[in-house]
Amino acid sequence: MNVTLILFWFLSVLALFSALMVVTSKNPVHSVLWLIAAFFAISGHYILLNAQFLAIVNIIVYAGAIMVLFLFVIMLMNLNKSVEPQKNKWLRLAGAVAGGCLLLVLVAALKDSEVTQKSALVNTGDIGLIKNLGKELFSTYVVPFEISSILFLSAMVGAVVIGKKE
Amino acid sequence: MPINNYIFLSIALFCIGIVGVLTRRNAIIIFMCIELMLNAVNLLLVAFSKMHYKVALAAGDATTTAGSDGQLFVFFIMVVAAAEVSVGLAIIVMMYRNIHSVDVNFLNRLKH
Repeated sequence: MNVTLILFWFLSVLALFSALMVVTSKNPVHSVLWLIAAFFAISGHYILLNAQFLAIVNIIVYAGAIMVLFLFVIMLMNLNKSVEPQKNKWLRLAGAVAGGCLLLVLVAALKDSEVTQKSALVNTGDIGLIKNLGKELFSTYVVPFEISSILFLSAMVGAVVIGKKE
Repeated sequence: MPINNYIFLSIALFCIGIVGVLTRRNAIIIFMCIELMLNAVNLLLVAFSKMHYKVALAAGDATTTAGSDGQLFVFFIMVVAAAEVSVGLAIIVMMYRNIHSVDVNFLNRLKH
């Protein structure tokens, strides 16, 4: 039971527990905080796989920017004080059963595939370092990189146009 | 680390996200569960990229960049998720301004 395995299980349990608390929290602000905890656990997994650049970008972009934006919107609408009416008990049970069935089907389909013989390289590996990723990004994937800047521009313009008061 | 562990962890996170989308009525919580699903997929992509890297290393090439496209795809998924969140939250704020509620059941009744 080496340290890597212990870390993996600890981070997995933290991620799954945080995800469950996101789904079952009554207060939306608590859901956002649990989702931030889930993102930290997933970034821990990235560091375990030595994907350092993605771990830092995950924290900065997802936990640091996107979740803060969610918190702004929730606070703007004063949702932290109101109680959300819940769906019918049978509808919620049907939703949980549907998700559980999907889980069972996917696990059953994938548990015997031949790829399960392989393993992922943890702790080491150079492709997660920012230098190697940067070389690939700016040589092979430079066109998607530039197009993503146009995507951001259009998203900014779209958000401003949608949110304008007429 | 056997790739199985990452596959099942990612499947579990994805299905928890799906249960969240199906079960909640608040549009913002539904949006957050979509982000949870995206993160589950990101984790699986990074795990597979390291698996391909390990296979390429074992085949003898010491300076291979075999799995880097998996991690770059995760980078682009984060890019698209950031853009999508900004537009989606603008829509939700506009919706709230008109009907003072973010309840998706209420919006469902608007079609009648």
